[in-house]
Amino acid sequence: MSFAKQLIAPQRPPPPAPRPWTLSRFAGLSLMAIWILVAIGVILFLTAEWDPEKVAKYAPKYFSGLGVTLTLVSISIVLGAIASVPVALGRMSNNPLLSMPAFFYVYFFRGTPLIAQLFLIYYGLGEFRHALDSIGLWGFFREPWNCAILAFTLNTAAYQAEILRGALQSVPRGQHEGAKALGLSRFHTYWKVIIPQALIVALRPYGNEIILMIKGSAIVAIITVFDLFGETRRAYSRTFDFQAYIWAAIFYLIIVEGLRNLWNAMEKRLTRHLKR
Amino acid sequence: MEQTFTLLSFGPDGWGDEIAFGVLVTIGLAFATLPLGLIAGFFLSLAKQSDEKILRMASEVYTTIFRGLPELLTLFLVYYGLQIGIRQLLLALGIETTFEINSFLAGMIALGVVFSAFCSEVFLSAFRAIPAGQYEAGSALGLNRFQTMFNIILPQLIRIALPGLGNLWMILLKETALVSVIGLPDILRQAGIAARVSKEAFLFYGIACLLFLALALLSSILINRIERHVERSGIRV
Repeated sequence: MSFAKQLIAPQRPPPPAPRPWTLSRFAGLSLMAIWILVAIGVILFLTAEWDPEKVAKYAPKYFSGLGVTLTLVSISIVLGAIASVPVALGRMSNNPLLSMPAFFYVYFFRGTPLIAQLFLIYYGLGEFRHALDSIGLWGFFREPWNCAILAFTLNTAAYQAEILRGALQSVPRGQHEGAKALGLSRFHTYWKVIIPQALIVALRPYGNEIILMIKGSAIVAIITVFDLFGETRRAYSRTFDFQAYIWAAIFYLIIVEGLRNLWNAMEKRLTRHLKR
Repeated sequence: MEQTFTLLSFGPDGWGDEIAFGVLVTIGLAFATLPLGLIAGFFLSLAKQSDEKILRMASEVYTTIFRGLPELLTLFLVYYGLQIGIRQLLLALGIETTFEINSFLAGMIALGVVFSAFCSEVFLSAFRAIPAGQYEAGSALGLNRFQTMFNIILPQLIRIALPGLGNLWMILLKETALVSVIGLPDILRQAGIAARVSKEAFLFYGIACLLFLALALLSSILINRIERHVERSGIRV
């Protein structure tokens, strides 16, 4: 009963319309081209200047520098985490005798550049040599390594205290009340209820803090600690070869990106119960 | 005590005037970097939400690189890299000169690049907080894309992004201290010279720290005031 005498044979869909040359496409292509050129340029530069003698001489130094950087950061982060607990508790205290000093501590270390703090400790405390000598601490402060650890620990303790405080205060009050209603002791309330929830909130800021410390630790090169950046500067000052800095950049990028991805994976795993 | 005052006085025996000059240099560098970083960061954030995948990728590469490198290393890469690059360029053109880049300029470029990488993330999250209805309302009123952006989106964007930008400003202010390493006479370098000459390192580095603290305090007061100013419409987004 159809009026159509013959059916139209099935056909292929029309070809997709050519994508228009928009400004953003042009900008994207040209910027990507620049990046690819930069990458090729860096690779060509590194291969053209590849000198087995220099590599044999400086590669072990770079790796030892990398070790120094990682050791310095891990020690400071761990010591800073321990030191941050009383500071965070002080910040949360209702007693102004406790909260005011904690506030000023945090304000000072977060408000001044890390490099200025490092100089204050390394050069500044050197002035009290006799006083320090008399209490037997001069041997400690004479070493740039110890001063760097001290400065970084004090600095990161201030930042970590704020992370900890923010995380602990982000746990709703109902959780405290619920724990109390269950008859849990203060210790158990914190250990079993509050801290597990707070640490999930704190995870990302802690990761950022570690990355900031790794990046910030480059300044110890100035007080003659030979970390990754210190070795780089030494290599550059001896060879005047710019690839010294490019290798350092590659090393730092690998560490930071690796850590960032590790942290993303960890966060994904630890928050999988919160996913909807 | 009296000796301390002499050391800090503005006279020929004191370091007050040198350090005051350092404060001006620090503030100048931070203020010179700010517009550079803000504008570059704004366009980067536009690129990151573009429909073009390749543009998004190119801007992500930029952010990844400059967010991951230590600021000090970026500074050295810019400082030495530009010098070497320009010298090679001039050499290729047949001009043989020694070219030395100004440490202020190098600091401005390096800090601006780092600032823009972080700033683009702040703008991006602010863009995501603006509902699509705002764009639609703009086109319903017959505004073109630029008018929508500048008259409708940007005022709201600044309001949302301001706390994040305030944080970045504080970080920038502290990062300017790094430029003292390549010889910019900022607070830290001037204090360092004073410390070396007068052998009063603790005093001068302590003063440098306090000056940075004062700048941070001043900035937080100013930022609060700006925040109150942009929020006077009382609209919560």
